[in-house]
Amino acid sequence: MSTAWAWLRRNAIVIFGALAIAYLLLPIAVIAVFSFNDPAGKFNYTWQGFTLDYWTGAFDLAPLNDALLTSLQLAALSTLFATVLGTMLALALVRHQFLGRRAANLLIVIPLATPEVVIGAALLSLFVTYGVGLGFTTLLIAHVMFSISFVVVVVRSRLIGFDRRLEEAARDLGAPPMTTFRTVTLPLLAPGILGAALLAFALSIDDFVISNFNSGQTETFPLFIFGAAQRGIPVQIYTLATMLFAVTVLAMVFVTWQQKRAESMAAVADDDDDGDGGLAALASGRVPEATT
Amino acid sequence: MEANSTKAGKSSSLRRRLAPYGLLSPGLIYLLLFFALPMFFMGIVALRSGTLETGFEFSWEFSNFSDAISRYDEQFVRSFLYAGSATAIALLIGYPLAYMIAFRGGRWKNVLLFAVVAPFFTTYLIRTIGWTTILSDDSIVVSTLNSLGVLEFFQTIGLTDTSDRLLATPVAVVAGITYNFLPFMVLPIYASLERIDERLIEAAKDLYSSASQAFFRVTLPISAPGIVAGTLLTFIPAAGDYINVIFLGSGNQSMVGNAIQSLYLALRDYPTAAALSFLLMIVILAVVMIYIKFAGAEALMGEEEEAK
Repeated sequence: MSTAWAWLRRNAIVIFGALAIAYLLLPIAVIAVFSFNDPAGKFNYTWQGFTLDYWTGAFDLAPLNDALLTSLQLAALSTLFATVLGTMLALALVRHQFLGRRAANLLIVIPLATPEVVIGAALLSLFVTYGVGLGFTTLLIAHVMFSISFVVVVVRSRLIGFDRRLEEAARDLGAPPMTTFRTVTLPLLAPGILGAALLAFALSIDDFVISNFNSGQTETFPLFIFGAAQRGIPVQIYTLATMLFAVTVLAMVFVTWQQKRAESMAAVADDDDDGDGGLAALASGRVPEATT
Repeated sequence: MEANSTKAGKSSSLRRRLAPYGLLSPGLIYLLLFFALPMFFMGIVALRSGTLETGFEFSWEFSNFSDAISRYDEQFVRSFLYAGSATAIALLIGYPLAYMIAFRGGRWKNVLLFAVVAPFFTTYLIRTIGWTTILSDDSIVVSTLNSLGVLEFFQTIGLTDTSDRLLATPVAVVAGITYNFLPFMVLPIYASLERIDERLIEAAKDLYSSASQAFFRVTLPISAPGIVAGTLLTFIPAAGDYINVIFLGSGNQSMVGNAIQSLYLALRDYPTAAALSFLLMIVILAVVMIYIKFAGAEALMGEEEEAK
């Protein structure tokens, strides 16, 4: 009895943690399970019976496919722009001293501390004031805007742990600055940039609130879901969401693996690595990683 | 850096001084144009008068602000109440979870971290719809809580109006908000716990502190910046949220985000809507400032210092 009690006391935190993890994963499991449901009515809320219909017919709903395609295009474009702009900002902030760095930092951090509804409303105010028609372009403008700060945070956390001696070595061996950048800096930064790009992509594909304000007639995947939810949710949404989840998990595994590889490559002289820096930095997208 | 610039010629030192601006300007101009300027315009719109039919014009209409407050005070209070409760619950769940991953995770650490961010890999709306299914009226959760008498207890203490459902109650809305922003609580706390040198805790124990003393005197204070960052990252989006109310709540739970959304997108009362969002932003900033002052931590904005 007392040993059981002692065991429970020792492992209470583990049990609690396991329950919390289960809680985090529960809705995802429910969505996956209900993608095999054969609902009786318009709402897929109660289990009726097993069917594969919505997996074999995952792409049977034309408007849903269009929305998903729009989301993918939007995410690809906004990721491209945000990653380039954000990486440049991160490089400037970590590697250069310049006037107005406080202000620049503030301009990058404040969007992270602004609720989405306010960002969406503010952009709409701008577009309304200038009579800009809402659609794909305004969505793209908005998505690039809210992704930049995240890219900066992730790439910067990578840059701070960067061993600059590797670049010096290249220069000492006579490489011109552009060559050094291309052959040393960029490959070593690549996993960080890739992680940031993945985060930007995920943020864009997932965004509902800001898009809700600035989409006009254009429908993205989340906007379609929102519209559908009022009338009854087609099961295909559950299927596509499950697919998207699986694809993102695979991409994450791939990026983490790449980062591990790059870390072992870069671990020539570095000692600040704790083994999971890559995932932790990516996972904690918004978290300042204060490595010294 | 010093050595570099003395070694390098004059033209390259000029290039070095200009380089940061070349790297900065595209991104900063973008943020100025599409973040700072829109904020400014939201302020302008908030000071306009008129209706959609007659057109709006700028007239220093400060009454928009007082109107917005008096019309939506209930939503405002509710937003901060719900966001505050959700943040507190997320801290109670998130801290032990982060602690477990940091100190008991072992080789499962990465997998566990993965599980914490996994919800982000499904669309926000889908996750929330998942909760609609889980909490729906004839679900296992509701019938179990019902037979345990929990729902009746909720009704007795005034959290819900009925004793047989969770959807369309504040409980469901706060549960949804807690769930959706929990990873934002866990990750910074984890990051701060991860950095703790375990020898410090051992040292405390060697000096005859009990396990709980070691926790409250060593672990907790060191992880304080993580707690500050986590609570802010949870509270800020939670206070502006309107999705959870739409899917898990009802009009009786509507928050300030719902008011802003319907004013902008359905009623097209732009001035009131802009005034309301402006107020939300100001109140959140004020709460954040006060909180940071009390917490005394360098968190959130702390990264400014870190970039040497």
